[in-house]
Amino acid sequence: MTQVFAEDGSVVPVTVIQAGPCVVTQVKVPARDGYSAVQIGFGEKKEKKVTRPLKGHLDKVGKGYFQILREVRVENPDEFQPGQVLESGVFLIGDRVDVTGISKGKGFAGTVKRWGFSRGPVTHGCKNIREPGSTGCATFPGRVIKGKKMAGQKGNKRATVLNLKIVDVRPEENLILIKGAVPGGKNGFLMIRKTNRVP
Amino acid sequence: MGFNVIQSLERDLMRVDIPSFRVGDTVKVHVKIREGDKERIQVFEGVVIRRHRGGVGATFTVRKVSYGIGVERIFPIHSPQIDKIEVVRKGRVRRSRLYYLRERLGKAARIKERR
Repeated sequence: MTQVFAEDGSVVPVTVIQAGPCVVTQVKVPARDGYSAVQIGFGEKKEKKVTRPLKGHLDKVGKGYFQILREVRVENPDEFQPGQVLESGVFLIGDRVDVTGISKGKGFAGTVKRWGFSRGPVTHGCKNIREPGSTGCATFPGRVIKGKKMAGQKGNKRATVLNLKIVDVRPEENLILIKGAVPGGKNGFLMIRKTNRVP
Repeated sequence: MGFNVIQSLERDLMRVDIPSFRVGDTVKVHVKIREGDKERIQVFEGVVIRRHRGGVGATFTVRKVSYGIGVERIFPIHSPQIDKIEVVRKGRVRRSRLYYLRERLGKAARIKERR
């Protein structure tokens, strides 16, 4: 992340994202595939690192090999051709977007860190400093309710941040600047879509 | 792709018209102030007691004593709100953070001149 200055001089925290070039590697149409979507590839990959089946698939397009392939549902698949390149210019300044990625892994975390439970007192002989407390009732219902918040793996999991504003688009470097933080660490992969939030 | 993307982007956003100054220097900071739709310039003069690095996010702190009250302002170096910075006097100090000036007044808060 870095920061930029707004016109009134206030500081806006931004995440710099390389949004493209994404190459359309396959177009799925209802007649053949039963649904409509485009498959896009991003990031270079060496030819010798590509498996044979994937190589065959990507050679049909002949635009190189990609680190990551993702499918995006679209309503108008006939507007896309295999080999078409999508650049950061599809985004406009001021657009609102949702950003999906894999969050940073925090390992096996207790309830205080994972769910924000309050901790117990540390003095006066207390021994329940970071304990989760009661997990439910007694004989009735006689079990722990499903979905009870407990300790476990935190992070390293698909996460989406909604309704982020695009501050700047730099088509020549294929960069977009999004206000705020996004899931995952540096150099992670992200999916960016137009937000479905009502403005 | 790596951090050089952010670095090159920051280089674009940084200002190049800022003079070099050090901690201990006395500077005049000309700040643009908006009042309604009018803009005017206010000058804040004092000693630089801290420079905080960090690309476009770099800041510096200026301290002055105004009517017996110590006033410190933190400016982002690359802010467009700064019209210009003038170095009035160069100071020789042996510390990067001059927090000790906060406990001193008058003669005790003097700084030697650097030549």
